[in-house]
Formats: sequence, C-alpha cells, structure tokens
Amino acid sequence: MIAEQINTVNTIPNIDAAGHVTGRSIYVDDIPVMHGTLVAKIIDSKLGHGIIKKIDYSKAEMLEGIVRIFSAKDIPGQNEIGGIIADEPLLAEYKVLFQGQPILLIVAETEDAAEEAIKNIIIEIEPLPVVIDPREAFRQGQLLCKSRTFQKGNIATAFTTCKYIFEGTAETGGQEHLYLETQGAYAYPVEGDSLRLFSSTQGLRHVQETVAHVLGIGMNKIEVDVTRLGGGFGGKEDQAAMWACMASLAAWTLKRPVKCIPHRMEDMRMTGKRNPYKSDYKIGLDENYKIIAYEATYYQNGGASADLSPAILERTLFHGTNSYDIPNVQLTAHSCKTNLPPNTAFRGFGGPQGMFVIEAAIDHAAKEAGVETTLIQRANLMVNGTEFPYGQIVADSEAKHCWDEVVQLHNLDNIKQQIETFNKENLLIKKGFSLMPVCFGISFTNTMMNQARALVHVYWDGTVSVSTGAVEMGQGINTKMLQVTAKTFGISTKKIKLETTNTTRVANTSPSAASATSDLNGKALLNACNQIMERLKEVVRTIFNEAEESIVNIIDEQVFINGVQKDLSWNEVVKQAFFKRVNLSAKGHYATPVINFDKTIEKGHPFAYHVYGTAITVVTVDCVRGTYEIDAVHAVHDFGTTINRNIDLGQIEGGLVQGIGWMTMEEVVYNGAGKLLSNALSTYKIPDIYSVPKEVNIHFLKTEGSDLAIFKSKAVGEPPLMYGIGAFFAIRNAILAFNPAAIIPYTAPITPEKVLMALYSKRS
Amino acid sequence: MVQFILNNQTVTATQAKGSTILDYIRYYMRLMGTKIGCREGDCGACTILVGSLEADKLVYRSMTSCLMPLGNAQGKHIVTVEGINMQNISPVQQSIIDTNGTQCGFCTPGFVVSLTGFILGNKSTTYEQAVAAIDGNICRCTGYKSIERSAKIIAGSIAQKPESGTTDWLVINGFLPAYFLNIENRLRELQITNTLSPLENDTGKTKTIVAGGTDIVVQRPQMVKHSNVELLFDTRILRGIKEEEGQCIVGGGVTVTEFFESPLIQRIFPALAKHIKLVSSTPIRNMATMAGNIVNASPIGDMTVFFLALDASVVLARDSQQRTVKLKNFYKGYKQTDKEAEEIIIEILFDIPSEQTLFNFEKVSKRTNLDIASVNSACQLQMAFDTIETIHLSAGGVAPFPKYLSNTCAYLQGKKLETQTLEEALKIVNAEIAPISDARGSKEYKQLLLRQLVIAHFLQFFGPTEAIKKFLFQ
Repeated sequence: MIAEQINTVNTIPNIDAAGHVTGRSIYVDDIPVMHGTLVAKIIDSKLGHGIIKKIDYSKAEMLEGIVRIFSAKDIPGQNEIGGIIADEPLLAEYKVLFQGQPILLIVAETEDAAEEAIKNIIIEIEPLPVVIDPREAFRQGQLLCKSRTFQKGNIATAFTTCKYIFEGTAETGGQEHLYLETQGAYAYPVEGDSLRLFSSTQGLRHVQETVAHVLGIGMNKIEVDVTRLGGGFGGKEDQAAMWACMASLAAWTLKRPVKCIPHRMEDMRMTGKRNPYKSDYKIGLDENYKIIAYEATYYQNGGASADLSPAILERTLFHGTNSYDIPNVQLTAHSCKTNLPPNTAFRGFGGPQGMFVIEAAIDHAAKEAGVETTLIQRANLMVNGTEFPYGQIVADSEAKHCWDEVVQLHNLDNIKQQIETFNKENLLIKKGFSLMPVCFGISFTNTMMNQARALVHVYWDGTVSVSTGAVEMGQGINTKMLQVTAKTFGISTKKIKLETTNTTRVANTSPSAASATSDLNGKALLNACNQIMERLKEVVRTIFNEAEESIVNIIDEQVFINGVQKDLSWNEVVKQAFFKRVNLSAKGHYATPVINFDKTIEKGHPFAYHVYGTAITVVTVDCVRGTYEIDAVHAVHDFGTTINRNIDLGQIEGGLVQGIGWMTMEEVVYNGAGKLLSNALSTYKIPDIYSVPKEVNIHFLKTEGSDLAIFKSKAVGEPPLMYGIGAFFAIRNAILAFNPAAIIPYTAPITPEKVLMALYSKRS
Repeated sequence: MVQFILNNQTVTATQAKGSTILDYIRYYMRLMGTKIGCREGDCGACTILVGSLEADKLVYRSMTSCLMPLGNAQGKHIVTVEGINMQNISPVQQSIIDTNGTQCGFCTPGFVVSLTGFILGNKSTTYEQAVAAIDGNICRCTGYKSIERSAKIIAGSIAQKPESGTTDWLVINGFLPAYFLNIENRLRELQITNTLSPLENDTGKTKTIVAGGTDIVVQRPQMVKHSNVELLFDTRILRGIKEEEGQCIVGGGVTVTEFFESPLIQRIFPALAKHIKLVSSTPIRNMATMAGNIVNASPIGDMTVFFLALDASVVLARDSQQRTVKLKNFYKGYKQTDKEAEEIIIEILFDIPSEQTLFNFEKVSKRTNLDIASVNSACQLQMAFDTIETIHLSAGGVAPFPKYLSNTCAYLQGKKLETQTLEEALKIVNAEIAPISDARGSKEYKQLLLRQLVIAHFLQFFGPTEAIKKFLFQ
C-alpha cells in the first residue's frame, strides 16, 4: 500500500501547469497595480569605458509626468553592490566601465513621459580604451579576484613520461539567459519606512540585503516576495538585485509604488551572460591512451565587476577533468576584468566551460594519434576510490555504468556503421557523432550556502500551508515540495498549498541555484513535517492509550497503529491536536552534513554527491550550405531514484537543448567598443521547435542514489546542459568527413558560419 | 475609436490606433494571460487570434499582439487565452499539462493560443501542421520535446473534425467556449448596423503609413503610437491575387500567408511550401505584407529577393496617379527607394513563368527557421537544351539593398553550365556585391555563402553534375 501511494505521488503532474495553460499564473508584471504606481526607467552608458564629465537632467526633470530623476548622489546608503565583492556601483558616478551600465534612474507617471525625458538628458563621457578580450585584460593585469590553481600529482615529471603530448587552445562563447520573462521588480512602501518588494529573483536574500545596503536600513525593513519566475537559469541569481534596488530606491524615497521592468533590449544590454572563456590546454597520454597528465589555464571573461565570477571560476576548476581519472593535473584559472556587463551565473556555473576544454584536449589527442575519441574517453572514465583534483575521493561513480549502458542500448557500433555508409553514399551531406560523458558535483561550492529552512502550518481544518526558501522558476520545485509534504503526512496533495517565497516566512535563503534547491529545501521541509508528524503521532497514542513503542502511520489520511487501521482520519487527529493545544506549526532547518572545502590548500570534500550520465549525439551537416540538423541524442542519466519522473525528464530535455543552443546557434556578439550587437531576439537566436534534435531518448539509470539527495532523487537541474557539448564534436566530425583537412578550431559556438568556413578551409 | 469583439465582449477602444493591441489587452483591459517577451514578434508569448470576415466567412489567424496596431482590430474578433478558458480545461490545455509541456509557464499562453488557432483552422490537421502553428513560439525551458508530444495528442484529438461546421464541432467537443458560435453573426452585425464608423484621422500629427506593422512597430513603436497612422492592412483593394494576360498581379496588401495559400501561386511555384517555411513564422506571415517587405527596403527582405528573381514590377499609386517601376530599379541606396512619401505600392506584377521554367529560393541564417537571413537568394532559369536562355538571379544580405545580380545574369545568358562558366560567374557575383560584417556574419562568410547558394540553385535544378562537383571540390 505504501509503495502504491508513493507511486501515485511520483507521477503527479506539475501543480502549476493548470495556471500556466490558462494564463492565470502570476509573474511580477501581472500583479494588480496599486493606484499611483510609477514607472522607473534606467539611463545607461552608451560608451564602453570612460570618465563621466557632465550629467545634466535639469530640463528633463521639469517635464510633465516626471516625478524625479535619481543619480548616484541620491542614494541614501551605499552605492556599491555585489554579492561576493561589492565592486559595482548601482548608478555610475565618476566612471563607466561598460556599455549598458546604469547612470540615472528616471521615475515618471507613464512610460511615454519617461521616453520623452530621455531626449532631454545630456551625459558627456570622455572615452577611455576598451578591453573586451580576457587574454588582453590578463596581460594588462586586470583581474577581478585572486587567481586559483588546483593541483594533483606532479605534471612536470608526468609529462616527461608521456608517449603523446598535445597542446592547444579552446574557446567557448557567452550565452544570454533569455528567460522569457525579463528581469523586473515592483516595490511599494509600507508603514515604518519599510518596503514590500516583488522581485523576479532566484535569490531573495541577495535582493533583500542589497536593497537594505543601498537604502542604508536593516534587512528586516525589506520584505521580498516571489511567486514565480518566467525562467531564471542563473540570470536572476544576483543580477535581479539591480532592478529591485532601482524600484526600491524610488519607492522608498518617494513613498509611492514603483515598477521597474526593462524592455527586452534593455535587459539584454544591461545584464551579464554566461562567462566566455579562452583556455590553453596540454594533455599527455601513455601508449595505452591513458591520460597521464593534464594542464589547463582558463581565462575567464568576467566583465566589469566581480558579480558571481569568482565562484564560477571555482566551479570551472572543480569540473576541469569532467568524468576522467587523471593522476597528474594542474588547473589554473584567472578571472579577467573587461569592459563588458558583469558576466554571471548560468546553468552549469563554469562547469561546462571547464568540461569543454578537456573534451577538446581529448579530441585533439585522438585526432592526432589517429584513434577514435571515444577510445580515449572510455579508457579514462573514473572509478571509485580514485581522487578528484580537489581531494574528494570518488565514491559513487556511475561514469562507466552510464557510458556502457548507452553504448549498448543504442548499439554504438551500429550507429557508426550507418554513419560510415551514409557518408560513403552522400557526397554533399555528411553525418557525424560524438559521446559526451558528464560528472557534476552537487552542492554550493561555498559550503556556507548549503543550508535551508521551511515553515509548515497545519490549519485545524486539516489543510496545510508550506513555505520554503525555494523559488519556482519552471523547474517544478513547488510540485516536488508538495510531494515531500504529502508523502510525509500521508495526505492528499489537494490539502496542501505552496506559498510564495517570502523573506518574512523563510529568512536568509540561499538562492535557488546549483541544482541543490530540491535537496536543501526538501530536507528542511521534511524536517518540519517530521516535527509536526511526531506531535500528531503522540496525540494518536494518547487517544488510543498506546505505548510509546507502537508504530503510528497515516496513510491516505487514515490512522494506522502497528499496521491496523483505526477509525481516525487526518482531519480528526489535527482537530484533536488543536484542542489539546499542540503546536501545529514547525520550522525546519537543514545544513548539508559532511561537506567541507579548504581554499588555502584547495582540497576538501565540497560535494554531497555527484551526478553522472553519457549522451550520444548524431548530426547531419549540409555541406553545400553549412547548415546542420541534430538527428538524435540518446542519453543514459543517473537520477538515483527519481521523485518525479515527468519533471526530471523535462529538466533533462530542456537542459540538453539549452546546451546545444550554447554550442551551436547562440552567439553573443560585442563589437570592439563593447557594444552588444546580438541585442535582441532578432539577432540572438535560441533554439526553436524546428532546431531541436529530431529524436531524444533519455534512459533513467536506476542507481543507489544518495542519502543526501531528497528521497534519494538526485539533483537534475544543471548536469544535462553539458550533454549539449556533444553537438559541437559531432558537427566537427561531420565536417571532417567532408573535408579531412579542414581547419576547425575548438571554438564554440559552431555556427553555420564557422561550419561553412571550415568545410571549405584548406590547410596551407 | 476602434470597435471590436475582445473574447466575448464588444469593446470600443479610444486609445491611439497606432498603439499596440498588446498594451490595450494587458494594461487597459488587465487581461494578464497575454505575456510580453520581446515586443518584436520574435517570441510568440503575446500571440492572439484574430478572427475576421474574409469573403463573408470567419477566418482566425494567429498574430503577435506586440506588433499589431490597435486600429487593425476594427471590426474583428480578438481572442486571448482568457477567451479560450472555460469551466473545464480544454483538450489543448490538458494535453500540455499531461505531457509536462510547460515549465516556467511564461510562454505557455502563447502556445495555447497558437495551438487553438491550429484547431480552428480549416487546413489539414496533421502533426506537422500543429507544429507549424507554433513555429513562432519560443520556449526556453522545455526543449520542445514535451510540446511536440502534446502537438501529437492535439492533432490526433481533432482527426474527426468535419470540414464544415468546424466551430460547432469544437464547441460540442469542449475545445472552445460556446460564445464562439455567435461571433460570425456578431461581427456581421457590427458592420451592417453601421456602428462601425471609419477610423478617424488625427490630423494634428505626422502621417505614418502602416501595413502589417511587422517591421515599423519593431523599429519605431513610439513614433507609430504618436503619429496619425494610415492603416492599409484592411484595405480591400490592396488584397487579392489574380492572373491577367499571362501576368500575375499580387495586391500590395497581400500577406505572406495569403500569397502562400493562393492556388494560383501554388500552381506557379510547386516547391513554395519549402521556401515559405524559411520566411519568419506563422503569426508574422499572417501579418506581413508583400508591399511592406518591398518598401521596407531591408537588404535581406525574403519576399523582395523572391520577386527580384521573377523580374517583377511594382505599381506605385498616389490618389489617381499610378506608375510602374521594375523592382530591380526600385532601390537607390540603403533604405532608399524610388517611392515618394505619399505613394503606396498597390500591386506587384510578374510574368507567369512557363512550366519549363526553373525557380528556386535559398536562405541561410544562424537558425534555419524564424530568423533573418545571413544571405538569401532566388533564381529563375529557362534552359534551351543545355544552354541558359534566360536567368534572373537575386541576392539579399550582400549589398545595401536587395540585389538583382544583373552583370552575372547578363554573363550567364547563352552559356552552358560548365565548371569554367561557374567560376567566371562567381567572379562576377563577387564584383557585384559588397557585403559587410555584422551580427549575421562576416563579409568573408557572406561572400562564400552566396557562392554556395548560387551553386545550390543549380544543384536543385540539375543535381550534382560533373561540372558542379568539379567546381565544389577543386
């Protein structure tokens, strides 16, 4: 019976779906506006770098409909914001460091009035040289934080023993988050110089503390509330704060409700993206193609201020060797300061950038040594008992398991044979394939952040209210939290309401990020539910005069004692408990055990567990036009024991396609002056329905899971993105089938432009 | 004042007729299901259905409300997701829930509206058609596979839908609210009872001519909103496609969809479906007009490149004065045309090619569908045995305006398709064009790409002949 019940719970559809399909779900811009709500519009720098010589908005401020124009001088608290290092001015005062940097805030009665005011503002900036290349910034000594090195074994001696040594460079581009809902915030003043703030953010604490810091008041005066996001993907982790600060600055000063929601093009030019990387690698192998030594140097393009780049840099190092066991490793990473918008978190958080480099190095080695890339990949997959370069011992490796399973399930030899035949028969169309293994560590690498809280109220009519620190942004966290509650109380999901995420109910939240949201908040929620459950069980024992050892269960809202059903329902127990003055509310807390990391030696046990998987990608390249299609992606993925199959499948498919987009068509283009050229949906292309793989097969590898995952259901948010890297190598292989001498740098994205240029390139 | 039916309600809007219907729906009517994703017709989050009486029959088409001037709603039925909602969830909505086809949900109302447009249409009800209906809807979360699964279910669920009495069947089977049954009559009444006054001019402001609005509202929404707009979209005399004395006459206001659906055009261009699929998306094709594409003078206008290879002419009119200009002579420079400010293009004319004539359209962009071309090209070819009798070759994205490659055409006339001829022709192409580097590609790429597309035309016509192979692999 219990198994059956869990099963029903496991297949529940996303509880938000009904609201979504009817258009009734609420996002920031849908909140009913209070009378007198003002519009806040940001005036940003048109120059990539320079000294502000003059700002004159005296004429604009006198225009009808303009309430106030704010400059840096009008900030009551601190102007400098930033989650890790406070190095970013909310409003630029003396200098601008990137195109799109906010300088002024216009607050107006209407959008039209604000537009009119813009025409009457004079900003003069004396230009300074612009640097957009991370290697150039490094040469100039422009770094955002201290460089880091992870070391294992001794590469210097190891390289002397290698049969093969190859060196090269690899590059990955930026990626625009393109959450369908732009950034935004709506602030309104409440009594006591306080604010209620609706923000489209993944990180409530960061928004709350940043607004408090800017206004010079305590965090307790800022209530942040989030119903849901129209997508986040990391872009609303720290960068939601700016919009919230703008709305709050105006609302708090003017004591009127203020909305600050950018137009798509404003959002795109003012916010940072996935950090582009330029990297050097050196790989050494023995005669059996075992990787003996690997060295990589990463030049991260951080943009104009630190934002989350230092943490992203760290995860690049953590995932620099992907799924491979390499005895001698040295990875060095530099966070380079450039005149671009501060780059930021994006699904994978530096991991994909690091993994691309080692995959490029292995592919390079294979091509030069004249063996198949898959041979080297398979020969080096990690096994239990070995050590990650950061000191954690591999204890849960499913790397070979996933690889072998997908190779067998989809008959890789057959795929290879078919491709070979196809390529022989077709002169102007070629196919290619690749395998992409993934190993991704779960936990915030900053150990402190691995904590969460939840608040549960059981009302005396038997209905339940659940608050956690988790933000619903499409990943289905509400549904998973509902499942945790329903399963723990043994009640119908219909009795449970998921509340908005709110800082007055759950304080000091960690952002919904790092794939860890379900684990952290689920465990905290489980803790809260268990507290109430224990109290209710005690009530049951009292009612039936049962001894403390008797086992009380609630299944399908009915009470069981020692497996025997009693004539007592959930509703009745709750009512009895209330009459007996038992506390029907609980606050749960969770802090991930075991994990630690010592930055002084760059060693420790930073991850609760790892998630594994392998994907086969097959592509077809039109060798006349340089265009391509993804025929199929077959993946075997380690879910542990999934808590919700449909939702987890959606995460895999969505992450995969986002990764393919990053590797293929999504090209962030800045010109030399730091102006974003791919500044709208017409110039920045993300996958549409016609460009996704024709066939996607995801196999749920049943594994032990981890006790540190909620109900042993492993985290699923970020890992699948990296399957997309396979598309790059599959396309590259198809090009080589057409032109074996083609010059194809390991530079992603591999756009139709790069494909065509490579197809017709000639090795001189 | 603009009068129309919004969902089940007859409304009279007093807002500027050049303001967008999206703003009216969201911020005046507070119908929040219609979302704002990009305001440039590129994401579909704001998709609405627009029902209008075409040849006295009610036809629904999906459109992006962010680009639709409010004035274009005059006398029509505007449907938002709220107008689809019923007591029970519709099978379209249910299928998205069942397949987990929604994650963050922000794009979802747009998908629901587009798919409802699909079931309302009188076209075939295949899975491919269902997917085509959502080709303008972008989702960042799902990777579309679950949405494909839901499109399959939806296509299957309307397999029994009859060809006539479609609306009745859809209402009976719970796909649509019952009020849809009366819309056709209500729209007719709106017109017959003469409550529908012509849109008045706002003479104090500068005049702006707007057809589909799919470019000008993207580029200059504030200007359109605040000017005295002259809306051409519903001007009947600009619509229609006809054949007269061996010529095809396409009204300037004909939309890309109407062009594509015309039996005459489909007869002339048997491969049209493949070509049109490369042109923007369903909702944009439902709005964008032929004349709009031409006067816009964008260097990569798809339809312009198409018409250039037909050696088409445009008929320009001002009041009762008319003149005809060859399209290849229409462009004078970047965004400069031969058109006077007060003139409009009323017709596009081209000689109907003989059955032996070969025609092809090529387009490559960063994303194959719903994207602006890096380079596009069209070719019309008549052969006399193995010799080129006439050829018309056009290219976009390689010059300040859509380019008719006249020198190349002149050279190829009377030639056989040999490797050397191709080489020489491509040299002439290169001398005729002047691509620039931008977000859509470097100039070197565009040069190489046009070479490839010219070869692609010949490959389409003749397959990989020895001459072409030799050219490609030399």
